[in-house]
Amino acid sequence: MSELYKVAIIGSGPAGLSAAAHAAKKGLSHILLEKTDHLSDTIYRYQKGKHVMATPVILVLRADADFDAGKREKVLDQWNQDIAAAGVNVKFHADVKAITGEKGNFTIELTKGDPVRAETIVLAVGTQGNPNRMRCDGANLPHVQYQLDDPGEYTDEHIFVIGGGDAGIENALGLAADPAQNNTVTLVNRGADFPTAKKPNVDNLFAARDAGRMTILTECNTSLVEPGWITVDTPQGSSRYKCDRIIARMGAAPPRAFVEAAGIEFSGPDRTAFPTLSPTFETTKAGIYVIGALAGYPLIKHCMNQGYDVIEFITGNTQLEAADEPLLKDKLKHLPGNRSVADWLEFLRSRVEILNGLSPLQMREFLLDSEVRAYKANEPIFIRNDTGSSVFGIAEGAVKVEVDPTNPNITVPIGQSSIFGEVGLISGRKRGSTIRASEPTICVEIPRMAALKLMSQVPAAREAVQRITTERQVLQIFKSGLTPADITDVLAGAEVIDVKPGEAIINEGDISDDLYIIRSGSMIVEKNLGGKPVFMSYVPAGSYVGEMAMMERTPRSTTVKAAIRSTVVKLPAEPFRALLGRKPELAKRMQTEMRARQEINAFIESQKEEFGGAVDMYSSVANFLIKQGIGEATDVLLIDESLCVGCDNCEKACADSHDGLSRLNREAGTTFANIHVPTSCRHCEQPHCMADCPPNAIRRGPDGEVFINETCIGCGNCQRACPYGVIQMDKPPPKKPSLVEWMLFGRGPGPGQPDNEWRKKAAKAGGAESPKLAIKCDMCSGKAGGPACVRACPTGAAIRVTPDAFLSVARIERTA
Amino acid sequence: MTHAGGHTERVKQRTHEGFLRHKHFMFAQIATALCVVAVGVYFFTAASLDEPPSGGSWIGYILGTISAGLIVWLACLGIRKRVITSGHYSLKAWVSAHVYLGLSLTVLATLHTGFQFGWNIHTLAYVLMMLVIVSGALGIWAYATLPQRLHGNRGETTRKQMLESIESLDRQMHDVAQPLDRAGAELARMSIEDTELGGGFWTRLTNGYGNCANRRAAARLRALPPASNPAQAEALTKLEQLMQQKAEVLALARRQMQITAFLEGWLFVHIPATFALLAALTAHIASVFAYW
Repeated sequence: MSELYKVAIIGSGPAGLSAAAHAAKKGLSHILLEKTDHLSDTIYRYQKGKHVMATPVILVLRADADFDAGKREKVLDQWNQDIAAAGVNVKFHADVKAITGEKGNFTIELTKGDPVRAETIVLAVGTQGNPNRMRCDGANLPHVQYQLDDPGEYTDEHIFVIGGGDAGIENALGLAADPAQNNTVTLVNRGADFPTAKKPNVDNLFAARDAGRMTILTECNTSLVEPGWITVDTPQGSSRYKCDRIIARMGAAPPRAFVEAAGIEFSGPDRTAFPTLSPTFETTKAGIYVIGALAGYPLIKHCMNQGYDVIEFITGNTQLEAADEPLLKDKLKHLPGNRSVADWLEFLRSRVEILNGLSPLQMREFLLDSEVRAYKANEPIFIRNDTGSSVFGIAEGAVKVEVDPTNPNITVPIGQSSIFGEVGLISGRKRGSTIRASEPTICVEIPRMAALKLMSQVPAAREAVQRITTERQVLQIFKSGLTPADITDVLAGAEVIDVKPGEAIINEGDISDDLYIIRSGSMIVEKNLGGKPVFMSYVPAGSYVGEMAMMERTPRSTTVKAAIRSTVVKLPAEPFRALLGRKPELAKRMQTEMRARQEINAFIESQKEEFGGAVDMYSSVANFLIKQGIGEATDVLLIDESLCVGCDNCEKACADSHDGLSRLNREAGTTFANIHVPTSCRHCEQPHCMADCPPNAIRRGPDGEVFINETCIGCGNCQRACPYGVIQMDKPPPKKPSLVEWMLFGRGPGPGQPDNEWRKKAAKAGGAESPKLAIKCDMCSGKAGGPACVRACPTGAAIRVTPDAFLSVARIERTA
Repeated sequence: MTHAGGHTERVKQRTHEGFLRHKHFMFAQIATALCVVAVGVYFFTAASLDEPPSGGSWIGYILGTISAGLIVWLACLGIRKRVITSGHYSLKAWVSAHVYLGLSLTVLATLHTGFQFGWNIHTLAYVLMMLVIVSGALGIWAYATLPQRLHGNRGETTRKQMLESIESLDRQMHDVAQPLDRAGAELARMSIEDTELGGGFWTRLTNGYGNCANRRAAARLRALPPASNPAQAEALTKLEQLMQQKAEVLALARRQMQITAFLEGWLFVHIPATFALLAALTAHIASVFAYW
């Protein structure tokens, strides 16, 4: 019989080696099992020379191996030294096949050699062995790889890195670092932001892009891999690129089969769920502990702290405070109830729905980013038009939403366990209504980035947010006094669907009767008339389509397709019809809206016979506007070229009402059939510029305007993110002499943006230099008369419109 | 849309009309009504008198006051256009009123004269006013017809891009000219240094660039004797192509400037004449009251 160790540690990554070092320091009988011939394979396989980061900075390291930010080689050397110095008993080439037995006498079977016996097991195998795979066609081709060992290996290649996490970003940076390698590197990210990546990585990524060393495609998905080519779905449509190599770094999932075979349960059925753990890292199988990435914790510092902690727990020190305990204690000390940190964590986790799926460890990390607050009855939590993009979860008590700004007595309650403020996640708008605590209440406030991270890491949280958002949206769209209880049946079958640009959700002539709500993006409605698709209407986010077939049980009368990448919620017809039966008020309301839509359709159809040309014209103008990204605009400046005399008074007015800088360029931009779209902000529904603003200075105002507030630090991220080139980096020019002085004595540069020469001279005379900041249209927010560009147009050529308003205006005008 | 205190009130335009059609020709109707009433009253009064009522009659004073007031107000458009305040105003509405009420002055002021003209300050004021109105009418014609041509000409090319492409062609010519002999290099220098893009207002208005240095250089280039070696020949061909390209960009830019000159040209009469009119009007009013 072989030796029975007190503890066997499987995996020699940061967590495992820290546990082993501490066990050795404590004189515990132990063995560290590593399947390769070196320690910490995950870090070992980092690309050569990679900088290893030590985040979160505020967390103290508590381990018997040292660790600090630095190059991969330096970190590994340090660990090798520390492990040797501590006298750790390491067994290399020990690939674990199975774990059998019970606490006090486990047997660990290896693929080679004798089994190892231990009283307790620390499982620190990480998740790297089980990377998430690409799922599109062609994903099995040989040039798709999930690992990058040495970025210096590849030269003169078109390389696509898939995934905007740390691994993907670091690989892309490594491949693009040396211009002599002559690689064309593109990073493809599914979202607009990089919520899971470390901030310095994201900063370096943008810096590399600005230096022209790589391309970043955000909000993109790979749809097809072919030898030599890759096809990517972008928000504007699908694009095919030359591609010699694909490096997919889309995260990894726990090696579930192996872990489950040892008798360990997971927190949920998802592929990415983690094992269920006690606060001492013990699994549901007594005697087996899980730490590190397998516990849901990917950061090195935390892993190493957990290695230390788990050995303390195993040796009976249950009173050990976690390394982040002081931080959390400090955060929670002002709350009523006198609970311990662990109690608070459990209290929040169990009572706030979106946190239910988190492990106690994830809760600790989560809480470091969030705030917990107590509110007295009637105390405001946020006020309408406040800026803020955080989400709140109600752990105790309830809140009331003041839905009518004119009468604060009309409120809608939100109860314990639910969330509010979730609109901030989607569009960064100002708070839509005031919310007060209706009784003594405890809420957890989650900043936008932390909430996005939560949603990307915990599928259950994402689903909970989706469900609540859908429920609220349905209530808001259909109003008519509906309550959440009324729509339970409808929501039970609801399905959230991502739609690619140009993809149809409804096809004319189909027999289907589901109702669709447009959550983000926008749709165009077309009808086939005389063999040609004719544009009927534009449907922005926050409306519904498909009600005709649902209510009248007829085949689909039109085709509805996405103008830009959109998200829709499909609501099944049967429960909705039942709802209409129960709620005559809603039925009446929808009947009226449907009549109006049918009239418009009939109108265009009748015009088609008489004015074929006009309808064609209307269709093509509408298509142009949608192609120009106006599908995602909420308010856009258009110039009618049959009226524009080129006086540039719009630009002058813009400059004179905004610190002397014009935020629009009239001449630039594209033109179609007399309609010119100048370079000027469209106030997109989902602003690209907002995606990565370090000080979170880009906000949406109460009238939908997207503006940059005074906290701008001039980093230029928004300017690079804007696909329409409407943001400029500049500093306000010195103050000009007054208009009277200019008119009478010719002093100063006159109305409009002063030329560079004058600015330089005046700045020299004035002395102080101001930094360059991001500047864009704010829709003349706060000015009573509305946008100055439109007011100042002498001929009426400049107009600002919402896409739907413009299209209806165009219809009436062109066919009148 | 909800309005909370301190927020921008969005004035959404449901209809899209130019300055001439503003609010279904509201100012055209007002101006016409004003003229019809003025003519009616004037000739009704005149019917009972031996000679038509002059500026000194009661109707003359009324018409004179209205006209003088209108002239001063119409001149204020120049200020309104340049002062960007945040209030509810529309420059388009101002222009619409300016156009129609300005045209109505032809009737109002003519009636005010009582058809008495002479070589005096009073008639000078009247003539200046008519000059302002006629130049303004020219402006209406320009504004109504030229924008289409202006945008049709440039397509999506901006002024800046035109200048940049000329600069880029000049740089290319400079590089191409390096292997050339003296005569060839001199022609490249001539095109690069002597070509004048714009010039004076009259040149721009008439598109009169018969003496364009680029064109002359191109003509002389073609007249050069055959090149002595292949490198020279190639450089000369390249240079000729570049000059041809430059000529095209120049033509585009100059057409653009010509249309712009038409759009602005009438203002060179309209604005100075307005100032002269204001001066003459002051003198006219002062003299009338001084000799009363």
